Amino acid sequence: MRLAAMFLVLFGFWLLLSGHYTPFLMISGAAVSLIVALLGFRVGYLDEEGLPLERIPAGLRYWPWLVKEMAKSTLDVARIVLNPRLPISPRLFRTRISQETDIGLVTYASSITLTPGTITAIYDREDREFVVHALTEAGAEGVREGTMDRKVRQFEGRAPHKPAAGARA
Amino acid sequence: MILDLFRDLVAAALIIGGGFFVILGALGINRMPDVFTRLHAVSLSDTIGASLILLGLAVESGWNLVTARLVILVLFLLFAGPMATHAVIRAALHAKLKPLGADESAEPGSAVEKGAS
Repeated sequence: MRLAAMFLVLFGFWLLLSGHYTPFLMISGAAVSLIVALLGFRVGYLDEEGLPLERIPAGLRYWPWLVKEMAKSTLDVARIVLNPRLPISPRLFRTRISQETDIGLVTYASSITLTPGTITAIYDREDREFVVHALTEAGAEGVREGTMDRKVRQFEGRAPHKPAAGARA
Repeated sequence: MILDLFRDLVAAALIIGGGFFVILGALGINRMPDVFTRLHAVSLSDTIGASLILLGLAVESGWNLVTARLVILVLFLLFAGPMATHAVIRAALHAKLKPLGADESAEPGSAVEKGAS
C-alpha cells in the first residue's frame, strides 16, 4: 500500500519535472521510481514518517489555518518594521509542547518559525519544552496561549509513534 | 481576452505584493537591533515575499507544467525555510549571544548545552 503510494508520488514527480513524454523516458522514470520506492524498505524511509499518508486529510485542515495565521502575523511584523518608533519587545521564553510523534514536533516547531515574529530556537527533549524567540510580547503571548499547539496536536492524530518497521505494503 | 487581463492583474498584484514584503524584510534587517530580531525581519522576505512572487509567476504562466513546478517550489520553500532560520538562531545561541530582553527562566545558555548533547 505504502509502496504503491511512494511509487505513484515519485513517478508523478518525475512526470511533472521532466515534461518529455517519450516512451523511453516514461519507462526509465517508472523503473527508477520503482527502484527508489523498493529501496525504501532497506533504507527505512517507507514508513509513516517518510511518507505520512495518514496525515494528509488532517494536513488539509491544518494548512489553511496555518496560512491564515502566517498572513496575520506577517501584517503585524510589517507594521512593526514600518513604525518609526520600532515597537519591539523581544522575548526568549519556554513553552510546553503536547505533541508525541516526531512529525508532530517538527510540524509545531516549523509552524512557529514560519509565522513571522516567532522562531523556535531549541527543542528541550527532557522537559518537553520549546525555547522560542518572539519579536514582541504579544507574539510570545500568542504562542504561550497554545492555540497552535492544540491545532498541531489534532493534526498529529492519536497514533503513538511506531519505530520504523518498514514493510507494510 | 478579459480572462488574460484578469490573470495578469492577479499575477501583478501577487508579484508586487511579494516584492513589497521582500523590501520590508530588507528594511527590517537594517532597523532591528540584534541578530534575533533581525531574523524575524528576514522571515518576511524569505517566506511570505518569496512565496507570493513564486505564486504570482505560477498564475502568470497559465496552466501547465511550469505552474506545477512553481507550486512545488513554494512548498519546498515553506518546508526548508524554517530549518534554515532555526539553524541560524541556534548557532547564535550556541555562540553565547545574549538576546535583548531574554527571560531569565529560559536560561538560554544552559538550554543550548542541554540541547546540544
